[in-house]
Amino acid sequence: MHDLVAITALGGTEPKIDRVGSVTCTETPGVALASVAARQGREDKTRNAVSQLIGAETPAVGKFTGGPIIAFWTGPDQWMIEAPFETHEDLAHLVKENTGDTASVSEQTDAWVRFDLDGEGVLAVLELLSSLDCRKMAAGAASRTSIHHLGCFVLCRASGSFSVYGPRSSAGSLHHAIVAAMKSAL
Amino acid sequence: MIIHHPLLGPRDSSEFVYLGDASLINRPDWQAEDATEAFYDYAYLRDNPAGEHRELWFHEGGDRSWLVVTRNTATHEISKVELARDVARAQGRSK
Repeated sequence: MHDLVAITALGGTEPKIDRVGSVTCTETPGVALASVAARQGREDKTRNAVSQLIGAETPAVGKFTGGPIIAFWTGPDQWMIEAPFETHEDLAHLVKENTGDTASVSEQTDAWVRFDLDGEGVLAVLELLSSLDCRKMAAGAASRTSIHHLGCFVLCRASGSFSVYGPRSSAGSLHHAIVAAMKSAL
Repeated sequence: MIIHHPLLGPRDSSEFVYLGDASLINRPDWQAEDATEAFYDYAYLRDNPAGEHRELWFHEGGDRSWLVVTRNTATHEISKVELARDVARAQGRSK
């Protein structure tokens, strides 16, 4: 067996944590992801299958629902499924089993880097980062936007608590953008 | 300029990229007798109206949906925004 060392998206053995003022940016590697796109004419069946999987109503436009497996809306009849990696390493397989031939499922774990932003001034940071109207985002809101020219998903977990998903291959650039915005805004 | 996305509401136009005339969604049948002429028309011939114009926009910095935006080229006023797939399906297209 090869003796491989697991590293995070930023290349460390431990997730990177940055604090500026009241805001904390935490690299969060422990998530499994899979995307679901309903096949034509089977949108309702896909919606039901996703609903059963996450134990909640399938999220409407700009929302996320469920727990501990959650789904967030990524486009018309498309969702991303997110779950803790420890318990759901084979998430894509699980989603495919649930949706069957009603939807196309793609493994997305490790395609994305996740940064969790928490703290009082988090809205000021997000306002610098994207054109998203983040002050109108309540808990349960999810939206795709451009941050630092990267297509990212922004999820509002609770008031003052956001998750940002960006492309893992650009994790360093996204991290730089977030920390620079934190230093500027706070 | 603000584009009122039919699903996501008002979004800044910087999130979108422009493709061209909305007639581009009506790709001609390549097996038709007059395919050569039809593709010449499809690829090269455009109206250039000073006024209402239907055009394709892509929400690249958002949910990546294709939109048909009706825009006045003289005033930039946007009077209608539809999902391109709804427009195509309303015309009896399957995809």
